[in-house]
Amino acid sequence: MQDINIHALGDYLETQVLEPWKGIKKIAHDEYFTSGHRTCQGCESALVMRLMIKAAGPRTIVLGATGCMYVANTTYYSTPWVVPWMHTQLGSSGSAATGTAAALTALMRKGKMTKEPINVIAFCGDGGGADMGLSAISAALQHTQYNLLIFLYDNESYANTDIQVSGLSPYGANSTFSPPGKVHRIMHKRWKKNTAAMLAAGHPDCKYVATVSAGNAVDTINKVRRALTIGGPTFIHSLDPCPKGWDYDPKYSHELGELAVETGIWPLYEVEEGKLKMYGKSKHIAKRRVERKPVSEYLLRQGRFAHFTKEDIDYFQGKIDEMWDKWLLPGVIPFTGE
Amino acid sequence: MNPPRTATAKKVDIQAARAPRGESEELISGSEAVSHAVKLADVDVITAYPIRPYDTVMQYVSQMIADGEFDCEYIVAESEHSQFEIVKHASAVGARVFCGSSGVGWLYAFEALAVTAGLRLPMVAMVGNRALDDPGAFGVEHNDALSVRDLGWMLAWVATAQEALDTALIAYRVAEDSRVFLPCAISCDGAFLTHSQSIVKVPSQEMVDNFLPPYDRGDKQLHPDNPVTIAPQANEDWVMEIRRQSDMAARRAREVIIEAYDDFNDKFGRGGEPFIERYMMEDAEVVLVGMGTLAMPVKVAVRKMRAEGKKVGFLRVRWFRPFPTLELQEALSGVHAVGVIDRDYSFGSSFHSGALANDLRSALYPLATRPKVVSFIAGLGGREVSTDNVIDITNSVFAAANGGDIDDQDTYWIGVRE
Repeated sequence: MQDINIHALGDYLETQVLEPWKGIKKIAHDEYFTSGHRTCQGCESALVMRLMIKAAGPRTIVLGATGCMYVANTTYYSTPWVVPWMHTQLGSSGSAATGTAAALTALMRKGKMTKEPINVIAFCGDGGGADMGLSAISAALQHTQYNLLIFLYDNESYANTDIQVSGLSPYGANSTFSPPGKVHRIMHKRWKKNTAAMLAAGHPDCKYVATVSAGNAVDTINKVRRALTIGGPTFIHSLDPCPKGWDYDPKYSHELGELAVETGIWPLYEVEEGKLKMYGKSKHIAKRRVERKPVSEYLLRQGRFAHFTKEDIDYFQGKIDEMWDKWLLPGVIPFTGE
Repeated sequence: MNPPRTATAKKVDIQAARAPRGESEELISGSEAVSHAVKLADVDVITAYPIRPYDTVMQYVSQMIADGEFDCEYIVAESEHSQFEIVKHASAVGARVFCGSSGVGWLYAFEALAVTAGLRLPMVAMVGNRALDDPGAFGVEHNDALSVRDLGWMLAWVATAQEALDTALIAYRVAEDSRVFLPCAISCDGAFLTHSQSIVKVPSQEMVDNFLPPYDRGDKQLHPDNPVTIAPQANEDWVMEIRRQSDMAARRAREVIIEAYDDFNDKFGRGGEPFIERYMMEDAEVVLVGMGTLAMPVKVAVRKMRAEGKKVGFLRVRWFRPFPTLELQEALSGVHAVGVIDRDYSFGSSFHSGALANDLRSALYPLATRPKVVSFIAGLGGREVSTDNVIDITNSVFAAANGGDIDDQDTYWIGVRE
């Protein structure tokens, strides 16, 4: 059991001080997401759940919106969660976190519950988070009086319901709602929402927004710990390769996550109190110290892009080039200056 | 299981009821009366979202908070769905919560309403009854609150601001009783009750504390000291058992409501009979049945007709869920005919009746002798139901009782332009 230090933010708004763990050997051995789940082989999101709650520790309440990490994880009688856990509706991660944090705040202030900082984390998938739940997450990020973390695990489709396209599915991806056909090769023509940057830019009072990739496990853990320590409403977006939805051999989950970063498709960064910091390989890409790998190396490893022609790959590459060469803040904020 | 007992009004000591009990008298609207109850109940988390006419209650609540009279977490949500989801989760942590909505706002929250009942999370909500869109209309219709009637929500309909305040306190006690653990909605007719003022006795904090115990979720509380997993994926293995538990809770609610009214009558000297109100029912041959502020014109009409020697009474349904089956059977088995006035519709249902008439018919069906039931729809969208309307309705029901040309297998729309 970890010792808990307290970070006082006001009369009753306190957080646990969760110092970063410097290196893999310093990571606590305690597990709070254990056996009992039945996620697919190679499921990156299940690993992300494990890292997320390992980072947060035992004095945490987790709320889980409908999605893979609800349905596959919490079958009645075999929950993997050691910490208190509650389901919330598909679009309700923001509301669940707000309600839980508000209850703790009220009960502690009014002397109805022992005072202590308790982490509140609500997770959601890309469908629940960035489609249906976006407005509730946006509202949650405005309530600066509550300490809560919204954690979006993004496997780029409604993967639990048989792989349907979401607002965070990449351009052109084959899904059961966007299959390539004889007349229309590309059925999904929407470009993936720039969710983390949109939320960071749109909610200037939110103290912490970050993107993570579980291949960088220590970084993922420490970003969760930072978000929970800094307090107020915070947001983390994780890109999780999904063998079933992306159609690849399960052993390549980490490798594909890494390729998403190296091709510049998935930039790693954090925005802390309005300050942008690029991380790891994304930092080198932004500073042009390393060349981005061509997106074809990432796309052609996945069955969901198997129907892509050279034209499609070029289009995709062009959009990514634009993101790094033309954007106001490369990889993050898409406006161009005058 | 013991057979459910029939509720009757407890005898009230009138002298004690009139003695000063630390209550103040205030000229307030139904919405303001509910806001007093919410403050007296020391609610912990409240969420608001605007829609007429319920939203007046949140205007009073927010002013009390702004003036430092009331300490709670108060959140203006970004939709009704979030509004109800936020308090649902607060309730799971052990906070006493309040919420509310009207019309299509209530329906926007429908998913949250369903899971709140499914999860057995106590909550008290005020519904300022309003017609569903489209067409847009601010006026009262009961279809909004009735939409959750099959889900485990307890549904009360009140007729006066006093009853709104008292029922809100009773609702907290019943909803948070561990034998029940179900949400409760208090329906206040839009405009007629939410916005009109009357003299209301506002109890003292001490009286309320003496009546309403703290909310204790026990071993179901979501807290790191009690690391439970709530609402896992159950599927066909367990859903029947879970639904059955909700069914048993809804059955037990009846007994808990009776207890609460007994205690409320003792401690406050008012409250009346749980489930139904009987008005001039003695020796009545024809009884009108309705809910909410319809009571006002109906009572006036009944008095008028009684003065003319007509044996007519009025039975007001105060709780629609749990449905007062036993009370209706006992009260109506001897009468000749019943006229049900629905302020709602259930298109395509049996005899094209409203929800109240349909449930009432089904409650009376097992009786050996049962009255004729004539069904009426009136006052939709906030249209006034006049005493003349009620007298017309009553004449039709008398005609039905006497074998006149009235079809008890159809529904009559009152005051509608054809």
